[in-house]
Amino acid sequence: MIDSATSAGRRVPLLEVDDLHTWFELRQWGFRRVGTVHAVDGVSLALAHGEAVAFVGESGCGKSSLARTLLGLHRPTQGEVRFDGQALAGLGKADMKAYRAKVGYVQQDPFGALPPFLDVRRILAEPLIVHGVTDRTERERRIRAVLEEVRLGPVDEVLGKFPHMLSGGQQQRVVIARALVLEPVMIIADEPVSMLDASVRVEILDLLRRIQSERELTLVFITHDLSTVRHYAERIFVMYAGRVVESAPVDELLDHPQHPYTLALLSALSDPDADNALRLREVPGGEPPSLIHPPSGCRFHPRCPQAMAGLCDRDEPIEFTPRPGHVSACWLYQ
Amino acid sequence: MADASLLRVDDLALHYQTRNGVVRAVDGVSFDIQRGEALVILGESGCGKSSLAKTLMRVLPRNVHHVGGRVTLDGVEISALPDERFRRDVQWSRMALVMQASMNALNPVVKVGAQVAEPLRVLRRWPRRRALERAAEVFALVGLSNDFMTRYPFELSGGMRQRAVLAMALVAEPDLVILDEPTSALDVLTQASIMNVLKRVKRELGTSFILITHDVATSSELADRVALMYAGELVEVCDARRFFSEPAHPYSRMLMASVPRLRQRERPQSIPGQPPSLLWPPAGCRFAARCPERFASCDHSPPALPLHERHRVRCWLHALDNASPVSDGPRSTGEEGTHDR
Repeated sequence: MIDSATSAGRRVPLLEVDDLHTWFELRQWGFRRVGTVHAVDGVSLALAHGEAVAFVGESGCGKSSLARTLLGLHRPTQGEVRFDGQALAGLGKADMKAYRAKVGYVQQDPFGALPPFLDVRRILAEPLIVHGVTDRTERERRIRAVLEEVRLGPVDEVLGKFPHMLSGGQQQRVVIARALVLEPVMIIADEPVSMLDASVRVEILDLLRRIQSERELTLVFITHDLSTVRHYAERIFVMYAGRVVESAPVDELLDHPQHPYTLALLSALSDPDADNALRLREVPGGEPPSLIHPPSGCRFHPRCPQAMAGLCDRDEPIEFTPRPGHVSACWLYQ
Repeated sequence: MADASLLRVDDLALHYQTRNGVVRAVDGVSFDIQRGEALVILGESGCGKSSLAKTLMRVLPRNVHHVGGRVTLDGVEISALPDERFRRDVQWSRMALVMQASMNALNPVVKVGAQVAEPLRVLRRWPRRRALERAAEVFALVGLSNDFMTRYPFELSGGMRQRAVLAMALVAEPDLVILDEPTSALDVLTQASIMNVLKRVKRELGTSFILITHDVATSSELADRVALMYAGELVEVCDARRFFSEPAHPYSRMLMASVPRLRQRERPQSIPGQPPSLLWPPAGCRFAARCPERFASCDHSPPALPLHERHRVRCWLHALDNASPVSDGPRSTGEEGTHDR
């Protein structure tokens, strides 16, 4: 397990993930098995109560599969997710429903996530109805309160609107409101701003962070963009090909990256600067590996400029701690 | 000013007819590009930047209400050419467009090499073999191995397909390539390597580029000059160095402040409000409603005021600047209502 003791200190773990594997079977003609996609392949971590963490990685690295497994939408192939000490796999139908009320989900594409024929009032009422809030005035009160909280106003006007009448930023606020309306203890936000414009992005991220700290929520923030993480999470997990390769508190990770993959990501990203146009960037060759036949040993070794022959291509790296609170799965730090 | 520019665009307009009225997607846009220069057109979604590219290339949807303005390429007014001549002499051969998500629009049942060679076969009537030889050269240029010539699009990754589409645009050696969000659907590392390809092409072939993007960080990877678009208008056009360090328009400054930075600790600031509807754009400055520095003059639409050499700002604040002694730019009479120079 990753050191929740050092970075999260006194806080109790809310969510523990133990050697989690989520695999998908590939079938031909609907029945012949032709392979297995190792989307999440050995992830262990612990998140504390009220902690904001970010999972960063390229598309296909398994970050969304991990999120969906944490939400209970995928059944883990192997390993365990424990929420408040209880294993998800052992939950009955009613307990699972209760779990879903405790974990809010903010989807990537707000327009796709909102049913087009329901107005905002109905969209926000739905989870309340499902979870047994039968009193209409009580529902109305909670819907209004949550719209105030996500700063979507004027409330009277917004309640009757349909998703297509709202801007992208407003739609995302509705999605966030829907995730919050059941008063969850944890929010999982999968690329909450990647479909939004630059100027709105910051607004939505600020909103999530504010609500997270006001309600003392645990926030799992999934993104492909390292540059948006600094102010919106406390800890970062960098994922590559189904595994967490590096994790550390935000400033530590961004200022002292250790894993060669993180280094490559950081050197490929730029802050706006006219000099960027004058130099070529160093990019590791190749493509992210196939998750059907992941490379042996370290999964980054075919692209890694510092790969050591005979070690990295043979043995899977274990977690090392090159700096206090900073975990890197790389043989360089042996 | 002797006109050495490759492309000159004057007062370009594109209005769409919709059920709710006329949408003024591009509304009086003027800029010019020198040979070998890369101009980035930066803007948020819905500001009209893709419509601008489509107008330049004359790939327009059916609901066009009005197209206006002059486009001059190498001294020839291409906007006056009849469609047939434009297609024969300008499209692909002199100006090529890589549309947004075009990497997903490759023909799935034709080998990639043949698709890249196709413009030469159609436009120049080159024989198959010669066109394929040329395609192989361009494959090398964009960093694709020649083995991929005989593959089908589904066998290529996203980054490789984007390179193939780029090769297709470059195959007829155009003077100008227009790229509409070429990297926005790609991963960080793939993005960086595509930008490397563009930099190399620009350096080696001297191709001019118009790069259309919403991403400020990506824009800085190629830009010699930046044109910032807002609600159908260019609000600031200037040298990239100046734009990224000391932009003049309030919107430019706020946009720069909204970019999350990797290596700096300042918190990004959001821009309150929303862009105006292009159905009924406000009468005065289109940014005024969100601008913290607005004053009485902003009720009137500001012209593109010259600030420095090849630097124009559509903001009344700089009309005042020019009248004050601090300015080092060329003087303007401030109230001249002209559109351009």
